[in-house]
Amino acid sequence: MSTTDDVAAPPAILPEVPRLADRLVDQLAFPHRDRYVEMVQAFRDAGYETCADLCGVDYLTHPGRTLPEGVTPERFEVVVNLLSLSQRRRVRIRVQVPEIDPVVASLVEVYPGVDAMEREAFDMVGIIFTNHPDLTRILMPEDWEGHPLRKDYGVGRVPVQFKEAPGPR
Amino acid sequence: MSDEFNEDDLEHESEEHLATEEAALVAETSEGAQELLPRGEISDLDLRREVGAVLRLPEGNYINPDDIDIERRDDETMIINMGPQHPSTHGVLRLMLELDGETVLRTKPVIGYLHTGMEKTGEELTYVQGSTNVTRMDYLAPLHNELVFSLATEALLDVEMPPRATWIRMLMVELNRVSSHLMWMATNGMDLGSTSMMIYGFREREMVLTFFEKTTGLRMNTNYIRPGGVAADLPDGWRDDIEIICDTVMARTFEYDELLTGQPIFRERTEAVGSLTAEEALALSVTGPILRSTGVPWDLRRTMPYLAYDEIDFDVIVGKYGDNFDRYSVRLNEIRESIKMIRQIADKMPPGDYRVQDRKVTPPPRARIDESMEALIHHFKVFTEGFRVPEGEAYVAIESPRGELGCYLVSDGTSKPYRMHIRGPSFVNLQVLPVLLRGGLMADAVAVISSVDPVMGEVDR
Repeated sequence: MSTTDDVAAPPAILPEVPRLADRLVDQLAFPHRDRYVEMVQAFRDAGYETCADLCGVDYLTHPGRTLPEGVTPERFEVVVNLLSLSQRRRVRIRVQVPEIDPVVASLVEVYPGVDAMEREAFDMVGIIFTNHPDLTRILMPEDWEGHPLRKDYGVGRVPVQFKEAPGPR
Repeated sequence: MSDEFNEDDLEHESEEHLATEEAALVAETSEGAQELLPRGEISDLDLRREVGAVLRLPEGNYINPDDIDIERRDDETMIINMGPQHPSTHGVLRLMLELDGETVLRTKPVIGYLHTGMEKTGEELTYVQGSTNVTRMDYLAPLHNELVFSLATEALLDVEMPPRATWIRMLMVELNRVSSHLMWMATNGMDLGSTSMMIYGFREREMVLTFFEKTTGLRMNTNYIRPGGVAADLPDGWRDDIEIICDTVMARTFEYDELLTGQPIFRERTEAVGSLTAEEALALSVTGPILRSTGVPWDLRRTMPYLAYDEIDFDVIVGKYGDNFDRYSVRLNEIRESIKMIRQIADKMPPGDYRVQDRKVTPPPRARIDESMEALIHHFKVFTEGFRVPEGEAYVAIESPRGELGCYLVSDGTSKPYRMHIRGPSFVNLQVLPVLLRGGLMADAVAVISSVDPVMGEVDR
C-alpha cells in the first residue's frame, strides 16, 4: 500500500453525472439507476477497493431534500459509501429508486461484500436488487410482512398497564 | 363392542399427532430460504457459489467454477445446525454447516435472532436520547457506538468540541478497546479450552469497567459520550486509577504471552487455521483486526484520524498470514498499543470544558437553573424537545475494536434523526465465515468463529 502524501487530484469519474459539493465527503454523486453499476465499477477501477457501507433510505415524509439539478427525487434512495485505502478517500453515491418499481441492480459482482448489506436493505426498506444471488430476508423472520424501515410502517406500541394503578375516577 | 379399548388405534393416533406436532414446530422455527439448503434443492450454479465461497472475488483471484467438486451426493453429506443456542457462538448466531465427515463443505450464517429494530427506534428518539439507544448495539464497546453517533450529529450541527471533551472521549474509547479485547481474549481462550484465560480476561476487564462505573455511573451502556461532549468530567483521582489499570493490564499481557502465545497446544490450534488473504478481506468489506491480520495497515485512527489521534504516537499492528494466530496477536498487541495511548492521553489531558457551552445543544448546569429563567427554559427545551439539527446527511466512521463502525445520519431539520443507519463491523465481518471455514475441520469452526469476534447485538441491531 502506497503512502499518500502526494496523491494527485482524483481522476474525474463520469463527470457528467450530477454531483453536490459536501464538506464531509470527497465526492457525492447522484447517478441514474441505469448508470449506477457502471459508475460504481468506474470507482472500483479507480482504486476504491472496498465498499464500506450500503443502505436504503425511505424519503416518503421528507421529499424536499437537496438534490443537484437534473435529479428527480424519488421515494427511495440507495446510499453507497465507497472507501479507497490507497488514496484515503471516501465517495458517496446516492441512487434514486422509484416507489412503483423499487428495483436496482446489485453490486455483488463489483463488491462481493455488499451481499449482506443489500439483503438488509431489501429486508428493511424493500428495495429489490436484481442479480443478487441470494436476496432473502436477513434480520426479520422469513414469513414477515412489510419492510420495517419504511416510513409508512407503524412502530407499534403496547399500552403500559401499571400494576395497582388507581381506576378511573 | 364399540367401547372396547383399542391399543393399536391409540398408538397410531399418538404417532400421527407427534408427526403433525413436529411439522408444526419445523414450520414455526424455519427460516425458509435464509437457511442453507440441501444439495438437491438448489441449482448447480448456487451450489458452486456456496461451495467455493471465494468464487465471487474479482478476476485473478477466483477459483474456476468447473474446478469445484459438487458431485458429492446428498446422502454423503450432512447439514447440521450450530446455534442459535450454542455456547461458542457468542450469543445467538446460528450457523448451518454442511459436513462431509469432519470436513466443512459449506457454511451459512443465519442471523436476526437478536433483531430489536434499533434503527427504527432511533428515528423515534431525539438526538439527546439517541445515544442511550445506540450504546446497546455493540454491548462490548458501548462507548464507540455513542462516539460515532455523537460525531455524526456534531458533523451535521457543525459545532467545535472543546479540547478536553475530545481527549476525555479518546481516553474512554481506548479504555473501552482494552476491555473489549480483554473480553475477546477471555472468550477465545474458553473456546480453545483454556478456562484460566477466561477467568483472567474477565478479571482484568472488570478493572476497566470499575473505572467506567466511577466515571459514568454504569459499567456498560454508559450513555456517557453525548452529542455536544461527555456527560460528566473525570472523577477525582482518575490519574491514579488510570495508572493502576495501565500498569496491571500491561504486566498481565506478558502473563497471557506465557499462558497462550508460546504454548504448543494453542499454536497448533490457531496457526494456519482459518486463513484469509488481503484481497479476500478487501473484497468482502472486512475491516478491523481481521483486515490488519492479513497485512493491510488500515486503521482509521491512523489513516483517517478523528478526535485527536493524529497528536499521539502509536503503532498500527499488522499480521501476515491472516490466520487465527495472527488475529490473536493483532488483538493482544492492540491492547498494549491502547495502553501506550492511554498513558499519553492522560499526560496530555487539557484543562477546560468537557462539553460545548452552546445552550442550544448542552443543558445548563443544575446550579444555574435556580438563578436564571432562561437557563430553566433551555434545560426544559433540551430534554423535552431536543435540539434541532440542520437538514443534511453525514456518514462518519470510527475504528471500533471490531472494525469500521459507521453511522449514516439523515436529518430533515427536526430534533429527531430522519434515518439513522449504523454500519456494524460485526455484521459485515460475518460474511467472511464461509470463506474461513471452507475445507476446515468442524473442531476448528469454534476457534474460527471466536477469532472473528462477532457481537450479535451489533450484527442484528
